[in-house]
Amino acid sequence: MPSEGEEDYIPWIQQFCEAFAHDYFVPVAQEFIEDDFNLTGLSLQVPYYREALYTILDYQVDTADDNDASITNGGNRPVQNKAKSELPNKALLSHSADLLYGLIHARYITSKPGLTAMATKFERNEFGSCPRYYCDGMHLIPVGCTDIPGQETVRLYCPCCNDIYLPSSSRYLNIDGAFFGTTFPGLLVKMFPEIENQCRIRINKFNQNDFGLKLFGFRVNELSSSGPRMKWLRMHPKTQEEKQEYENCEFQVPDNDFDSEVEDTDGEGDLIDDDDKTMASDDE
Amino acid sequence: MANEEYVTDSSSDFTEYWIDLFLGIKGNEYFCDIDDEYIRDRFNLTGLNQEVSKLPTIIDIITDLMDIELQPEENRDALEHNARILYGLIHARYILTSRGLNKMFEKYRNGDFGYCPRVHCQLHPLLPIGLNDQPRLASVKLYCAKCEDLFNPKSGRHAVVDGAYFGTSFPAMFFQNFPQAIPIHSKDTYVPKVFGFKLHEYSKLNRWRELQRKKLEARLAKNGVEITNVVGGFKAEEDKPVIQQ
Repeated sequence: MPSEGEEDYIPWIQQFCEAFAHDYFVPVAQEFIEDDFNLTGLSLQVPYYREALYTILDYQVDTADDNDASITNGGNRPVQNKAKSELPNKALLSHSADLLYGLIHARYITSKPGLTAMATKFERNEFGSCPRYYCDGMHLIPVGCTDIPGQETVRLYCPCCNDIYLPSSSRYLNIDGAFFGTTFPGLLVKMFPEIENQCRIRINKFNQNDFGLKLFGFRVNELSSSGPRMKWLRMHPKTQEEKQEYENCEFQVPDNDFDSEVEDTDGEGDLIDDDDKTMASDDE
Repeated sequence: MANEEYVTDSSSDFTEYWIDLFLGIKGNEYFCDIDDEYIRDRFNLTGLNQEVSKLPTIIDIITDLMDIELQPEENRDALEHNARILYGLIHARYILTSRGLNKMFEKYRNGDFGYCPRVHCQLHPLLPIGLNDQPRLASVKLYCAKCEDLFNPKSGRHAVVDGAYFGTSFPAMFFQNFPQAIPIHSKDTYVPKVFGFKLHEYSKLNRWRELQRKKLEARLAKNGVEITNVVGGFKAEEDKPVIQQ
């Protein structure tokens, strides 16, 4: 290759993945990017699309001849030299390249090799553990709230409590959620049933354990405004009755029998409430 | 006296108060300072002599009546260690009193205990809570009043603080005292999607949970409890995309 025979040359993708706060990303396979089919529609979303693409692939940006040469010979990076004449702003190009790479990344991690690579990272707990106590350190999965770039930063999904969390470190607060996409966690969980097994073990372990605020050992009654109002959020059907009810939720929330059920369960519910959910008074 | 400590602190540069030193240790950010009078009142310390030995000496150390340097050197480490345990255990009692609660409220408002990491809680401030009132059983956890759940402290140095130093009753007492601090709960939930389609089993579970919530709402309504957009109630939703298929 030409004069830039640098020994310590690092491919663009590797550089990107090793950059500060980019540790959630996996390197996208060169072949994946080279396949135009995988990039369908991205040219409309990314400014300086072609230049950005060539930057990612470490091609020369300027002429067709140079591109061919660098495909066969591996990369060299004359992008910077030529960029000034062709593109008004080097920073703009680098931003475009980041954006394009992020969007390709979101697609790549829903493909088989991408999923496998991300599963390895998941296995190594590289996305962090669920902060929720009862999730017992379940590993998290990065997720975007939207697939449109520039709207929301990356969030972390916990398959155990089925909720999304903010990354614990603020350095991830400028990573775009769209670079991981909304689809990824669902697909990962479905592709690797082991993850669901891990969750089931944790759920069974803690399902008996019914957390609620207590004052000197007495539970706060749910009629109190500080009483338990969010238990439904983490509930799992336990009793036979609840499992039946759960089955009825197959396609929609059953509206009609829900009124009658309230009447049914209320009699005994009150008794239980009086029994162990005594409203503790606060006269200290 | 405890409040004056900071004033006198700057004028006397040779000694620092034990409590100030203790609160300054990294990892002790969750603690508030306890009034000297509270520590010296033996009634407040009932039963604590079973947790630490040499209780009177340790009280003197905490309240700076005695310098730990005057103790034989081989005892110092043990005494300092016990003093920290004792301070923690008194702290658990103190933060249930009205003065302690006020101090903790200030810390809560400053976000000294951190914020809920759950996206739908929108950075609601947390409160420390213990899972046991006995020391050396479990480390401190953080309680979010918005999702009513327990979280692990973010930082490892808080993960080793004993939960008994805050006690199991603290958040409940806190919200009995400051009902205005009770949040309006959010009904938002998350369902994983694949290419825009919700995963069925998660969606189903979500619907069942919504049913549970509706039952709760019906129970509360039956007892005449207002729950829409009020403290302790739920935020009214414009539309519920959860039900749509």
